[in-house]
Amino acid sequence: MSILTVKNLTKQFGGLVANSNINMEVQKGSITAVIGPNGAGKTTFFNMVTGVYQPTSGEILLNNESIVGLKPHQVTKKGIARTFQNIRLFGAITVLENVMIGMHNHLHGGLFSTILNLPRVRKEEKEARKEAYRLLEYVGLESFFNEEARNLPYGAQRKLEIARALATKPKVLLLDEPAAGMNPKETSELTKLIYNMRAELDLTIVLIEHDMKLVMEISEHIVVLDHGEKIAEGTPDEIRNNEKVIEAYLGKGAATTAS
Amino acid sequence: MINEVLHTLPQVLIDGLTLGAVYAIVALGYTMVYGILELINFAHGEIFMTGAFVGTAILLTFAGVGWMASMPAVVALILVLIITSVVTGLLGMGIERVAYRPLRNAPKLITLITAIGISFLLQDIVRFIAELKKGNYILTGPSLFSGQIGIKASSVWSGFNDASVKSSFFIVIVVAVIMMVTLDFFINKTKWGMAMRAVAQDRETAALMTVNVNKVIALTFFIGSALGGATGVLFAIQYGTIDPYIGFILGLKAFTAAVLGGIGNIRGAMFGGVLLGVLEMFAAANLPVISNGILGAEYKDVFAFAILIIVLIFKPEGLFGKVSVEKV
Repeated sequence: MSILTVKNLTKQFGGLVANSNINMEVQKGSITAVIGPNGAGKTTFFNMVTGVYQPTSGEILLNNESIVGLKPHQVTKKGIARTFQNIRLFGAITVLENVMIGMHNHLHGGLFSTILNLPRVRKEEKEARKEAYRLLEYVGLESFFNEEARNLPYGAQRKLEIARALATKPKVLLLDEPAAGMNPKETSELTKLIYNMRAELDLTIVLIEHDMKLVMEISEHIVVLDHGEKIAEGTPDEIRNNEKVIEAYLGKGAATTAS
Repeated sequence: MINEVLHTLPQVLIDGLTLGAVYAIVALGYTMVYGILELINFAHGEIFMTGAFVGTAILLTFAGVGWMASMPAVVALILVLIITSVVTGLLGMGIERVAYRPLRNAPKLITLITAIGISFLLQDIVRFIAELKKGNYILTGPSLFSGQIGIKASSVWSGFNDASVKSSFFIVIVVAVIMMVTLDFFINKTKWGMAMRAVAQDRETAALMTVNVNKVIALTFFIGSALGGATGVLFAIQYGTIDPYIGFILGLKAFTAAVLGGIGNIRGAMFGGVLLGVLEMFAAANLPVISNGILGAEYKDVFAFAILIIVLIFKPEGLFGKVSVEKV
C-alpha cells in the first residue's frame, strides 16, 4: 500500500525548473532513498512534501489525501516529519527542550489554561518532559539532556534532529542526508537506529543520502533524480547497474567503459 | 559633596525604582517583539500611552457612576488593570495583523517606517477621542492610593535624609514584580513560552515542528502590549496627569533600557529598565550638586544616555546580550 504518492510534481523558480514532473510512490513501512548528484532537486522535493515550498503544479497525497497548499505546521500535524541537511536545531535552548518543541501539537494546554497554570497543564508538561527524555534515551542522547543543543558534537546533533522529529509522532519520516559528516562508527549506529525506528515505531522512512554504501545497504527502493527529473527507480541492484544513473554521476561514456 | 549625595540617596532609590519598574515592563514589550521579528516596534510606546488613557477613562467612568466610593481601591485597580490589558493586548495584536504581518517578508526598514507611522496614528486617535469626550487632551484621573508615607531612613544611618513615598509606589512595585515573575515563568517553563523561544530562533524549523508561527507571533504582541497597557495604568496612577505624547519619550527610554540590557533578552530588559530609572533619578537629584550648579536637574537625560553610550562602546551586545557571530 502506498502511503505517500507524488503525481507530476513540478517546481519552478522563475526560469529554473528545480523539479519537473516527478512521479513516485512510497510503500507503507518501506525505506526509500532519493539520490542524485548535487543540485538534482532532492531537497526541493523534500521542501515541497513538507509544505515549505508550494509546488508549481502536481499533487502530493498522504494516505490518498492531498496535502498541497497546507502550511508546514499543518503538514507536520498530518504526520510528516523531517530532519535537515544543514542541521537546524534550536541552538540556544537545551536538548530536552528541543525535543519538547516537537511535542507542541500533542500538548493540549490551550493559551488560557497555560497562563492560569492549571494543575492539568502542569501535569501535562511534566509528562511531556518524561516523554522527551524517553525519546532521548531511544536515540542515545539522554546524557546530554540539559546541555545547550549547539554544544553537542556533530553526530549527536544529527541524532537530536531525529529525536525532535519523532516527537511530532510522524507516520512518514524524511531524513535529509542523515549520515553527512558522520564517522563510520556513527554511520553504523545510525543504520541500526533507522532499522529500529521502522520496526518499532511503525514508520515509513524516506531519506536523501550521498553515502552510497548506506543507501545500498538499507533501502528497499531507490529513486534517482538528475537535473530535476526522475531518471530511474528500482531496487538497489537495479540502480547499481542502471546506465543512466552511472552516466548522471560519472558523465557520458563512463557506463560503457565500466562494463 | 559626598554627604549631600548620601543625604538624598533613600529618596533617589525610591523614585528611581518606581520609574525603573515602568521602564522595565515597557522595555519587555520592545525586547519580546525584537527577539521574535527583529522589528523595533516604535508603536509600543503609544500602546503604553493608550493603556494610560483607557485606564483613566475607566476610572473616570467608575467615579462618574459613583462606584469608586463603594468599591475598595484595590478592587478598582485590579479591574482596571485587567480590562486595560485585554484592550491594549488586542490592540497590539490587531496592529500586528493589519500593519506588520503583510510586510513580514519586506525589508526591515519598511516595517520600521510603518511602526513609526502607527505610532503617530495612535497619538492622534487618542488625542482626538480625548478632546471629543473631555474637551481637553490632557487628563487627570481620580487619585487612588495618594497617601504619603514617611520613611525614617535617618534612623538606619544618620547620613540619610528621611524619604517620603506615595502609597501608589508600593502598588507599582508589587504589580510590576508580579508581571515580571509571571512572564519569566511563562517564557521559560510553559509550552507556549517554549514555542516563542523556538520561533525567535528559527521560524521555519519551528513551523516544521507543528508550531503555528502566526499564532505565536500574535501571542507575543498580545502579551507585550497587555503588559505595556497595564504599565500605562500604573503610570497614570503614580504620576496623575497624562497626555497623548507621554508614550514617545518614555518609549524611547524603555527602548534604551532594552538595548542596555541586551535587546532580545527578557531578563536583560528588566534589569536595564531598573538601572536606567535609578540612574536618571540619581542624575536629577545630584547633577546640580556635583557640578556646582552648572548643570541643572534637566540634564538627567544626557547623563542617562551618556551611560548608555559608554556601556555600548565597551559591550556592544548590551549587559546581558550574547555576542552574535555572523557565520560566513
